Amino acid sequence: MSVRAATSTSDGPPPEQPPSSQALSPRALARARRKAALVRFWREFRRDRRGMSGLIVLAVMIAIALLAPVLANSRGLNPIYATATPNAGPSLRFPLGTDSDGRSVLTELIWGARNSLLVGFTATLISILIGALVGVVAGHFGSIRARAGRLTDNLLMRATDWFLVVPFLPLAMVVARTIGPSLGVIILVIGLTSWAGTARIVRAQALAVETRPYLERAKALGAGHLHQMYRHVLPNVMPLLLANTILTVAGTILAETTLSFLGLGDPIRPTWGQMLGAAYSYGVGTGNVVWLLAPGIAVIIVVMAFTLVGHALEAVLDPKLRDRQ
Amino acid sequence: MAEAMLEGARAAAEERSGTGAVGSAGLSRTITVKVLSAAITLFVVLVANFFLFRVLPANPAKNLTHNSTLTAKQLLAINRTFGLGLPLPQQFWNYLVQTFHGNLGRSFVNQLPVSELIGQALWPTILLVGTSTILSTVIGVWIGIRGGWSRGSRFDRSSTAFVNVLYAMPDFWLGMVLLITLAGKLALFPDGGMHSFTGGGSGLAGFADLLWHLALPCLVLTLVYLAEYALVMRSSLIDELKADYLLTARAKGLRDELVRRRHAVPNALLPSVTLIMLNLGFVISGAITTETVFSWPGLGRLSYVSLNAPDYPTLEGTFLLFSAAVIVANLIGDLLLTLFDPRVRQA
Repeated sequence: MSVRAATSTSDGPPPEQPPSSQALSPRALARARRKAALVRFWREFRRDRRGMSGLIVLAVMIAIALLAPVLANSRGLNPIYATATPNAGPSLRFPLGTDSDGRSVLTELIWGARNSLLVGFTATLISILIGALVGVVAGHFGSIRARAGRLTDNLLMRATDWFLVVPFLPLAMVVARTIGPSLGVIILVIGLTSWAGTARIVRAQALAVETRPYLERAKALGAGHLHQMYRHVLPNVMPLLLANTILTVAGTILAETTLSFLGLGDPIRPTWGQMLGAAYSYGVGTGNVVWLLAPGIAVIIVVMAFTLVGHALEAVLDPKLRDRQ
Repeated sequence: MAEAMLEGARAAAEERSGTGAVGSAGLSRTITVKVLSAAITLFVVLVANFFLFRVLPANPAKNLTHNSTLTAKQLLAINRTFGLGLPLPQQFWNYLVQTFHGNLGRSFVNQLPVSELIGQALWPTILLVGTSTILSTVIGVWIGIRGGWSRGSRFDRSSTAFVNVLYAMPDFWLGMVLLITLAGKLALFPDGGMHSFTGGGSGLAGFADLLWHLALPCLVLTLVYLAEYALVMRSSLIDELKADYLLTARAKGLRDELVRRRHAVPNALLPSVTLIMLNLGFVISGAITTETVFSWPGLGRLSYVSLNAPDYPTLEGTFLLFSAAVIVANLIGDLLLTLFDPRVRQA
């Protein structure tokens, strides 16, 4: 994948319009260049209609998640305060009906958005951090001729391969069960088991970056490994990482749904998966069908939105991919 | 998840086919290395399994039973059954020996040997996963080829949209929706299980009854997995569209259909084959939710039931089997690829 990026590097090829003033410090220069690259990036992204529609959907969903305390009283989540008829169909007071505890499905859906997105983002953060670290380190040391470098790369990739093949769902089930069900455990388990793909992609890109002349220059000037990885390799891997992050969120949200459905989540903090699990356990097909339909449709919409944005980002970074759409 | 996994697998495959030409040893050596590394992975799984269930929890006996009101006598009994008083290396050795003898312990729930429970659940899972894998592969690849070859056509646009929705759908949700509509409201299909309560009759009638029960869970797994295959097949075919050899084939005067069938598809098929083999192992554990929703008496449901009991020996046994399935399927896919693709073989 040739990322047409140097979008955010401090040492990439010269930008299209170099900032005019000579008095600017190198740092300011770099900042201006980055800003220009970002503007260019945004302009290209905006042209992608599917990506934009995904982005708008995401913005709305994130707004709902952030505004949950305003939109729906969290007291409605506590079965003690829920006095409505259980498992009743949609009504004026409860637009999406009630669940088996007499709670408003709409309230749960809104708070579920908050928790599901929270799990999605934090699990992705963990996964991406590990993936990027492993990928950059393996790619950097893998490009070194010394035997120690090769060894580091090999060991890291063997570990990655293992995480790539170990079946995620049973592993997550086992770990979550041994530690105990909670939202934090779900986040951790998903994050710790889903980084392998990212590590592979980042490593491939890092290997490509390592052959560029500016790294040779940095080495000639005496840059250490840390400096090379942090200032040169990482910034060049960044755009690819961003696209991968967005796609990973889609995966982690789906994974959360499955784990919560299997009863491994925190019952007090509802997620969409947990709603589906409860709908399955306490009332599938009886009474309120919306209770089952609404969270599922919400998951589909959010996952699709993330996928669309992710693919649009990839296409901006690698115009060759645009053919695929 | 699957997306990232697939990207990773693709990157790994590219690397294998591209750069990995370190010391071009013979085919047999390549195969030996692959089998050995699979064996090592399997061993790592065994170690992980051991630690996960016995060492990680502060008090394994209590954790194993999830019961804090055990008497001292009961605790001692459990410790003795599992050999928990012994030093760790010895425990590990015992565990390895037992596992290789096929002794996976006894279920906490009904005291039956875990290996027997797994043996009973194996055939239903193989039936379900096998059927749906064949269907999803054939349909998915077909959709991918048709869509990718005539990119931007109406078929392509509608199938891509359809497939993207399927891809974003939790499989158990699809299962529940089908269950309440087709099985509940319309009563076209049974609402779960593998046979009717009457046993479904013998001979042909019994077989029809089995198929009738198989239909919905199989449909769910097929739909969910065909999405991935269609997307991968489509994009790898599109990647081939501009290749020079297609131009040559057209210049020779081949019909469009022959260009597609003889030249483009075989080359574009490789990523799909890799993915299908990689998935084969995952589908077995991925069927956990579907089997649960449809009360299909397979391995997935067994592990769900033992998760909620909780029945640790059974859970541990199924986990071991799931991991082994992925590793073995992956190895077979890798070996097949090595045999069939000269680009990989030379690596």
